[in-house]
Amino acid sequence: MHSTASEHADTAVAAGTDADRIPLSATADNGLKIVIVGGFGVGKTTMVRSVSEIRPLNTEETMTRAGLGVDDPTGVEGKTTTTVAFDFGRISINDSAVLYLFGAPGQERFWFLWDRLFSGTLGAVVLVDTRRLDDSWYAIDRLEAHGMPFIVAHNDFGGERHTLEQIREALDLSPDVPLISCDARDRESSKAVLIALVDHLYALSVQASSSGRQSVPGQESVSVPETAERAS
Amino acid sequence: MKRLGPDDDPDRLYTVTGGRSRSADDRTLDLVTLIVSECDPTPGMQSEHARILAMCRRPMAVVEVSAELRMPVSVVRILLCDLLDLGQVTARHPRTPDTAQLPAADLLKEVLDALHRL
Repeated sequence: MHSTASEHADTAVAAGTDADRIPLSATADNGLKIVIVGGFGVGKTTMVRSVSEIRPLNTEETMTRAGLGVDDPTGVEGKTTTTVAFDFGRISINDSAVLYLFGAPGQERFWFLWDRLFSGTLGAVVLVDTRRLDDSWYAIDRLEAHGMPFIVAHNDFGGERHTLEQIREALDLSPDVPLISCDARDRESSKAVLIALVDHLYALSVQASSSGRQSVPGQESVSVPETAERAS
Repeated sequence: MKRLGPDDDPDRLYTVTGGRSRSADDRTLDLVTLIVSECDPTPGMQSEHARILAMCRRPMAVVEVSAELRMPVSVVRILLCDLLDLGQVTARHPRTPDTAQLPAADLLKEVLDALHRL
């Protein structure tokens, strides 16, 4: 056998990336997931970048299957491949746990890959833009259908002002789903969003484990201060 | 055999997986399953396998391997299953509940503490 084939492909792709990598702890053994869902341009990648310990990476998943036709409004024959691209970053929690943050599109085809990609996710952030609130409805509906706990974060681009009450009403959001404002460009603000989510998950978890009792009425954990408006 | 260049998708992906679209147990590899090399690359090894062994000397999530190789997750899962079958890598699976079940409060507390420290 010759080994010619093996040398060939190495040259083009890897340049630069390996050097940038910050390796995980050798003892890391428990990967965790949080997903930030939102429409195009709403700031998912910006938020991931704001808090990630690595430069955000991106990849894609493709799924080819026959017969479902879910991704094929055009009816083009033979097109049965669903492709979803997503970004991610990570935050090391301790010697064992490492949290991966995914920025994922909320469009319809994405949800067909949810189970394959995001089963076991701790919780989700729906990132909304008041210019395109409609985009968020579907994501919220799907997360509810998947039984995935989530919060909603309004990425404030400093345009027309909307109160959180107006946004909650426009999204028809249940009172027990936390809703906060944020600036995805800002590290502290993006941190606050993740903290609000994990606070929410923690409350749900404590509540579930003591569920011999009547479940606690929905409390709004909107304790995170709105970020100050930034000149941009 | 002519080797396809890295940008010749999707034929290249067909080639690197030997035409397989699905490995028997690729579903057991989560996006955040951490992969660890158990040996060094050897001459003559398929280049993608060699690259995976080199990059997983420290634990690396499946999704990071996918991003570094610039290949879809499903293709990387197949490559990783090859290496798992040969004992050349090991997999550290996430310890979170699979379905719509809430994670333990103490794990969430640790996540919360780490986020506050950021």
